[in-house]
Amino acid sequence: MDSVADSQRTLYPYVTGSSVVAIKYKDGILMAADMGGSYGSTLRYKSVERLKPIGKHSLLGASGEISDFQEIMRYLDELILVDNMWDDGNSLGPKEVHNYLTRVMYNRRNKFNPLWNSLVLGGVKKGEKYLGTVNMIGINYEDNHVATGLGNHLARPILRDEWNENLTFEEGVKLLEKCMRVLLYRDRSAVNKIQISKITEEGATVYPPFSLRTYWEFSAFQNPTAGAEGSW
Amino acid sequence: MFRNQYDTDVTTWAPAGRLFQVEYAMEAVKQGSAAIGLRSKTHVVLACVNKANSELSSHQKKIFKVDDHIGVAIAGLTADGRVLSRYMRSECINYNYTYESPLPVGRLVVQLADKAQWQVCTQRSWKRPYGVGLLVAGLDESGAHLYYNCPSGNYFEYQAFAIGSRSQAAKTYLERKFNNFTASSREDLIKDALIATRESLQGEKLKSSVCTIAVVGVGEPFHILDQETVQQLIDTFEIVREEEIAPADPEPAAEQGAAADQGGTENQGGAENQGGSPMDI
Repeated sequence: MDSVADSQRTLYPYVTGSSVVAIKYKDGILMAADMGGSYGSTLRYKSVERLKPIGKHSLLGASGEISDFQEIMRYLDELILVDNMWDDGNSLGPKEVHNYLTRVMYNRRNKFNPLWNSLVLGGVKKGEKYLGTVNMIGINYEDNHVATGLGNHLARPILRDEWNENLTFEEGVKLLEKCMRVLLYRDRSAVNKIQISKITEEGATVYPPFSLRTYWEFSAFQNPTAGAEGSW
Repeated sequence: MFRNQYDTDVTTWAPAGRLFQVEYAMEAVKQGSAAIGLRSKTHVVLACVNKANSELSSHQKKIFKVDDHIGVAIAGLTADGRVLSRYMRSECINYNYTYESPLPVGRLVVQLADKAQWQVCTQRSWKRPYGVGLLVAGLDESGAHLYYNCPSGNYFEYQAFAIGSRSQAAKTYLERKFNNFTASSREDLIKDALIATRESLQGEKLKSSVCTIAVVGVGEPFHILDQETVQQLIDTFEIVREEEIAPADPEPAAEQGAAADQGGTENQGGAENQGGSPMDI
């Protein structure tokens, strides 16, 4: 018999972050996420950073279990440290980091011990923009715009309509804010404290958090259960 | 029977601070038939001399493809060379699996050197140093590279190098010409590789059957040239050689020093830009 400690698995997530939305724009990648950390459905933490630079060329956004994200960050810090220690002029780019994460995520799910996250990995190296995503069971793809969680349902339709390759920084931020506002209105676990970050050839910047202007007097918000009578 | 009392074990030091077994291993590299490598900014060319064990046998393969971007030429114990190229192949494939990108050449070379060093410094008496020298040619994000890995666990990066028996002649040629290699075209590199190979043949006629050439470069995955191609290159090179004797020299400055060595009438001709090619024997 295995001891209890040996059979510990993440069977369900405890503290989770909500959607991450990311797009390619003219000079690189823009990413947005709120700073909420939900304990089940309780909004328990209000200042969780979920956008992190990885090495010189990459930016990682994470939704899902926060502690698993912290473990992933430990893996990546080690990876980048070893890469730097070679000190030979070669460095891991966003494509390499994304592929590494893909392997880690799929490997863990094969051990029936997944890292309970959806990750977004963006970056620029040698003029090449890269944006991809990977989830807790190892599904991964690249695209011009990606989103995790409810963002896949609420943000990506907007991005499909309005995204184009030559967005300026300002236009890109505006588009991300539009997505985050929709998410804030409709995703119960979203909070109104948002971070945006960019990565270009020059490196990554995570901007300080800000709030979106909201208007809650829309008639649809007045009586939310009208036409959708529930048992409560 | 033994040369001295300090050479029976890999881990025994001689009072003069030498490890004889390691030096013997390096001697094994000199016994093997020659291998040559040279590189430009964008390409690396490997060449080797094929020697058959007997009239009745074929020769052993001395150039191995490790990955699309890396290849090696070996001199010394072929069996050890094959063990090491298998290791390199597996390292490349594993790196590619994890990162979906090619393993940087310099890193593979360090790993290889560490492996050789581990082999040397281990305390176990049945272990021995690898008896093989490897010329590692490769391309990565920092450009084209040529490394030499020694049985001692040392490694060096080179613009051009030759190892194996009678490699000194090839080295002399490469030392004379290497300044121009950085800007060389792929074809010029192959030509110089062929000439250097011929140098180490010492009089034997250069034929495609006695040498192997391999190339790796920008837009060109590592591959060994087939025998017909090599023969064609040798033939065109022979023509160029004859042309060089008659009309004006294409590179008077580079040739003058060489012509001086040959003295006599050649020297005069060199001064008038009509000297023979330095490679003319």
